[in-house]
Amino acid sequence: MSRLGPKTWVVTAVVVLANTLGNACLSWGMKQRRAPLAWAPLDLLAAVLSPWVILGITLLVLWLVGRLALLSWADLSFVVPVTAVGYALAAVAGHFLLGEQVSPPRWAGALLIAAGTALVGTTSVRTTPGGRP
Amino acid sequence: MKWVLVAVIVTATTLSDALLSRRMKVHGEIRDFRPGPLGRALAAAARHWHVPAAVVLMAVSFFAFLSLLSMADLSFAVPATASIFAVETLVARLVLGERVSARRWLGTALVTCGVVLIAL
Repeated sequence: MSRLGPKTWVVTAVVVLANTLGNACLSWGMKQRRAPLAWAPLDLLAAVLSPWVILGITLLVLWLVGRLALLSWADLSFVVPVTAVGYALAAVAGHFLLGEQVSPPRWAGALLIAAGTALVGTTSVRTTPGGRP
Repeated sequence: MKWVLVAVIVTATTLSDALLSRRMKVHGEIRDFRPGPLGRALAAAARHWHVPAAVVLMAVSFFAFLSLLSMADLSFAVPATASIFAVETLVARLVLGERVSARRWLGTALVTCGVVLIAL
């Protein structure tokens, strides 16, 4: 498969949404803490057991499964920039869904990411020989 | 300490992705997305050391990112780790043998600049 087919579109969308929402949950979960994370087993365990972090980890497992599937037919140098469109979507969602103020430089960043993703999306999904069927 | 964590995140993420990409390329294209066949395909891929090693590296990167978020804002953490895009593309070209066209490099550069701008 060298062109951007429907399967690549759908799996990319799942990967992007799971990653964006998963990271938002992790960020929110870590902001509930009072002190920086210490690298002690009990502190790590307590961080991982917070509900927001659990939801974040669940979404990141979905992200991992989708990404593994995507990497089974797509180049790493295709998957990495294309799935970065999540950063732009987060800014758009923050503005239109959460009413956040998005500064002009951030809009410029979102536009650059969208343009970069679109450009990479026009390149071959795979440039190396396939594996076993 | 922040920049040490950034270096750990970039290195661990790049190595992890390179290992996963290599293994999934060898495994071949996944076509059946029903939970059973998908689970069996991923389990088969995971029997090679590349995948467990990648998961360990991903965990290192994950805890380093959590740690970074607990001492710095997301607006520092995201742009500081944006070099991942360029480093991974370089590794894909040099180690995985992917053909990275000028158009793909340009797109990756735009994405990297965009990620830095959006998070500042």
